[in-house]
Amino acid sequence: MTQPGIYWLQQILNALQLGSIYALIALGYSMVYGILTMINFAHGDVFMVGAFLCFLAATVLKLPFVLTLLLTMSAAAGLGVLIERLAYKPLRHAPRVSAIITALGVGLFLENLTLAFYPYPQHVPPLLHNVTWRLGGVAFSSLQLIVISLSLTLMLVLDYVVRRTSVGVAMRAISWDKTFVPLMGVPVNLIISITFAIGAGLAGAAGTMYSLAYPVIDPYMGIMVGWKAFIAAVVGGIGTIRGAVIGAFILGGVEIMVVALLPSTYRDLVVFSLLLTLIVIRPHGILGAPRVQKV
Amino acid sequence: MIAAIKKHWNRTLDARWTLPAGLAVGMVLAFAIPHFGLLNNYVQLVLIYVGINIILATSLNLVNGYMGEFSLAHAGFMAVGAYSSALLTMKVLPVAAYPALFHLAILAGGLITALLGLLVALPSFKVRGDYLAIVTLAFLMIVKSALENIDAIGGPRGISGIPRLTTLPWVFCWTTALVWLIRNFVYSCYGRGVLAIREDEIASELMSVNTRRVKVLAFMLSAFCAGIAGALFAHLLQFISPRVFDVVKTTEILIMVYLGGIASIGGSILGATLYTVMLELLRPSTVAGLLSWLPAVVFDPLDHYFIRHLGVLRMIIMPLALVLVMLFWPRGILGLREFRGFIPQRDRRSHGTAPLRRTNTHAAADSL
Amino acid sequence: MPLLTASKLRHSFGGLCALADFNLELHQGDLMGIIGPNGAGKTTVFNLITGVYRATEGSIRYRGAELVGLTPHQITARRIARTFQNIRLFRDLSVLDNIRIAHYSQTRYSPFEALLHLGRYRREEQRIIDHSRSLLALFKLEALAGETARNLPYGSQRRLEIARALAIGPELLLLDEPAAGMNPAEIDQLMELICKIRGQFELTVLLIEHQMKLVMGICERIKVLDFGETLAEGTPEAIQNDPWVMKAYLGEGAVE
Repeated sequence: MTQPGIYWLQQILNALQLGSIYALIALGYSMVYGILTMINFAHGDVFMVGAFLCFLAATVLKLPFVLTLLLTMSAAAGLGVLIERLAYKPLRHAPRVSAIITALGVGLFLENLTLAFYPYPQHVPPLLHNVTWRLGGVAFSSLQLIVISLSLTLMLVLDYVVRRTSVGVAMRAISWDKTFVPLMGVPVNLIISITFAIGAGLAGAAGTMYSLAYPVIDPYMGIMVGWKAFIAAVVGGIGTIRGAVIGAFILGGVEIMVVALLPSTYRDLVVFSLLLTLIVIRPHGILGAPRVQKV
Repeated sequence: MIAAIKKHWNRTLDARWTLPAGLAVGMVLAFAIPHFGLLNNYVQLVLIYVGINIILATSLNLVNGYMGEFSLAHAGFMAVGAYSSALLTMKVLPVAAYPALFHLAILAGGLITALLGLLVALPSFKVRGDYLAIVTLAFLMIVKSALENIDAIGGPRGISGIPRLTTLPWVFCWTTALVWLIRNFVYSCYGRGVLAIREDEIASELMSVNTRRVKVLAFMLSAFCAGIAGALFAHLLQFISPRVFDVVKTTEILIMVYLGGIASIGGSILGATLYTVMLELLRPSTVAGLLSWLPAVVFDPLDHYFIRHLGVLRMIIMPLALVLVMLFWPRGILGLREFRGFIPQRDRRSHGTAPLRRTNTHAAADSL
Repeated sequence: MPLLTASKLRHSFGGLCALADFNLELHQGDLMGIIGPNGAGKTTVFNLITGVYRATEGSIRYRGAELVGLTPHQITARRIARTFQNIRLFRDLSVLDNIRIAHYSQTRYSPFEALLHLGRYRREEQRIIDHSRSLLALFKLEALAGETARNLPYGSQRRLEIARALAIGPELLLLDEPAAGMNPAEIDQLMELICKIRGQFELTVLLIEHQMKLVMGICERIKVLDFGETLAEGTPEAIQNDPWVMKAYLGEGAVE
C-alpha cells in the first residue's frame, strides 16, 4: 500500500475509535431527549465520572479490564437513575426551564465534587496490554480494535433492545405519547428510569473506552466531550438512535481529519463551525423529522 | 394594617421622585465609599462584582426570559467585549493621558459585541428552542476557540497587565444606565414584540410584529450589555484569557437569571446579588470571621472539618442549593413578576405588562 | 377593481392536495362566507392569503400586488388581518397588551427613541393605549384590560381576538370560525358586532364558519368547499337550494 494510503487508513481507524466513544455518549442524550424531550445537561459529567471510576478501579482496586468495564457501566447506570429520581422526576411537570437549570446544577455538582478529590488531571494506567500488528504497512493497535468492536457491540445490543424487546417498544411508545400510554398499563416511570440507566451505562462504558484510548482524564473533560457528543446527536437527528450514531461518527471523522490537515489548535474551532453550519442548514438533523405546527 | 402599609408603599413607589431619589442616594454612596474608605476594599470588590453580574443577568434575561429562548452564548459576548476593550485601552487609546477614554473603550467594546449579537440573531429566524440552544453553544465554543488561536491577542495565555480602571462609582453608573436601557426596551413596542414572540411567534407575525427585527434588536441589546460587562470585568481583573469565558461562566449567568426569576428585571438584580454575595459569603475566611465568636471547643473542629474546605465545598453546595430552589420556585424567585418601581407609570395605571395574576401553572413560558 | 383576487390557487402538503383550483374575487365592502365540512381546505385558504403557507400554484392579488411569496408580516403590513380557528391569543399577557402588540406596525418611533424613552415615544405610547382602550370599549372588554388573557371566559377570548385583529387597522378582515363554541344568544351578538364593525371601519370581511345561522344571516355571498374543491358559490338563497351542496354538506335541519 502507498504511504498516503497507509496514513489515511490509520486516520480512519482513529476516527472510528473516536466516533465510537462519541456514539456511546450521544446515544444517552438522544434516548433521554426522545423519551422526555429534555436535554440531559448532566450527561457529559456522568461520562466523566465513568472515566474517573475506571481510574479508581485500575489504581486502587486493581481490577482486571472486564470487571472494570462492568463496574463503571453499572455504577454509571446507578448514578444516572439516581439523578433522574432525585432531580428530574420531581420537575417533570414543571416548566422545562427549571429542569434544564437543575440539570446544569447537577452537572456542576459532579464536576466540583470530582475536582475536590482530584484537583489535577490524572493518568490512567493501562488496563490492557497493547499489541500492534502490521498488515500491509498499516499498524493496527489491539486497543483501538477493542474500543471499536466493544462499542459497536454495545450499540448493536441497544438496537436489539429498542427494536425487539418489550422495554424497547415501551420506550418508543412513550416518546410518541405520554398521556395514553400509561393507561395501557405501561409503567412509565420504570421505563424512563431504565432509559436513563441504559444511557448512563453507555456513558460509563464510554468513560472506560476513553481511558483506554486517551489515558489522561480531568474533571472538566465531560464538558467538551459531552457537548460535542450532544451536538453530534443533534446533527444526526436528536431523539433517534441511528441519528445519534451517525452524527457521532461524522463528528469523529471530522475531528480526526481536521487534526490531520490543520494545526491541532484549530480542531475545536473548525469542528464547531462545521456543526453549527450543519444545524442551521438542517435543524432537525440528518435523520430527524421536522415538527410541523398546525396554524 | 398590612394592607395599609402596602398601600403606602405602593403610593411612595408611584411618586415620580422615588426612583431618581434612590438613584441619587446610590450615586452619592458609590462615590463616597471608595473616596472616604467607608467600606474595606474586599467589600467594595464584591459590590463591583455584583454590579457587573447585574448587567450580565439582566441582559441574558432579555433573551432567555422575556423572549423565551435558551441562549448559551452570553459568556462569548462577554469575551468579545473584554478583549476588544482591553486591546483598545492597551494598544490604541492613550488612556493614561485621558482617563475618560476608558469609557469610550468600553462603549466600543459593547458596540463590537452588538455586531456579534446580530450574527447570533440570524439563525434564530429559522431555529428555535433546543436547536437554538445548541447553535448559541456552538457560537460560544467558536468564540473561545478563535480567541485561543489568535496569537496576536495572546492565544491561550490571554492578555495580562490590563490597566485597573474599573471603580465602584463607574460600575454603578454603567449598571444603572444599562438596566435603564433594558427596562426601557422591555416597556416599548419592541419589548412587547419580544413577549409576543415568546407567547406565539406565528400569531405575532400575523399581528404585524416584525419578528426578525425584534429578534435582532433583542440579541444586539443583550450582547451590547454583556460586552460592556466584559469590558468592566477585564479592567477589574487586569487579566483575561479564553478559559475564563467558557460554558461554566455561561452557566453561572444562567443560574443568576433563573434563580432570580425569568422575565423580571428585579429578578435578575436579585439573582445576581444573591449569587455573588452567597459565593463570597461561603469563603473560608468570611465564614471563619463571622463565626469567630464561637468558643474554641466548638469552633476548632468546625473549622477543621468544614470551614477550611469551604473553598471546594461551596461549589458543591451552590449547585445543590440551586436544585432545591428550582424545586420550589420553578420560574425563579421573582419569575414573571416585576418590582413595581421599574414599571412605567403609564403601564402601572392601565395594568399593561404589570404583574400578572396566575390561575394555573401551565404557561406558554414553560414551552421553551 | 376587485380588492382581492385568488386565481387557480392550488396547495398540496406533500402528496395530499388540500386545495385545488380555488378562485375568489372580493370587492371592497363585501361580506363573504366560506363553508364546508372539516378538512375541506377552508383554513388553508386563510393560511395561503396570510402567507403562513406558500401556495404550490396559483396567485393571490391584493390591490393588484402579488401576495404569494411574501412573509406573513409583509402581508399584514398591507392591512390584512385575521383571527384563528383555535384561539391564538397571547395567553400569559394582559388583555390590553394583546391589543397593544397588534399596533406594532403603526408605531412611529425608532428603537433608539424606545431605548431612551425620548421624542415620539411618549406620544405614541399614549396614543396606542388610548386607541387600544377605545377598541376594548367597543367590544365591551374594557373592564378586563388588566386581566390575563387566559383567564377570560371563552366568548370574551373570541371577541378579544377580533378586537386584536382590528387593532392592525385592516381593510380586509379574515375571521376563522368566530362563532365556534358560542351559544345562540352569543351568536346573535356576534352577528350584530360583525355588521357593526364592518360598517364602522369600512371593512371587507371574509369568514369561515360552521354556524349556519350566522353564515346565512349576514353573508352576502357564500362559497362552499369540500375536499379542497369548490362546490358552489352564490347568495345564501342559492346555496340553500343547491342540491349538490345540500347533499354534500348541509344535510337535514342545519338551517334554522
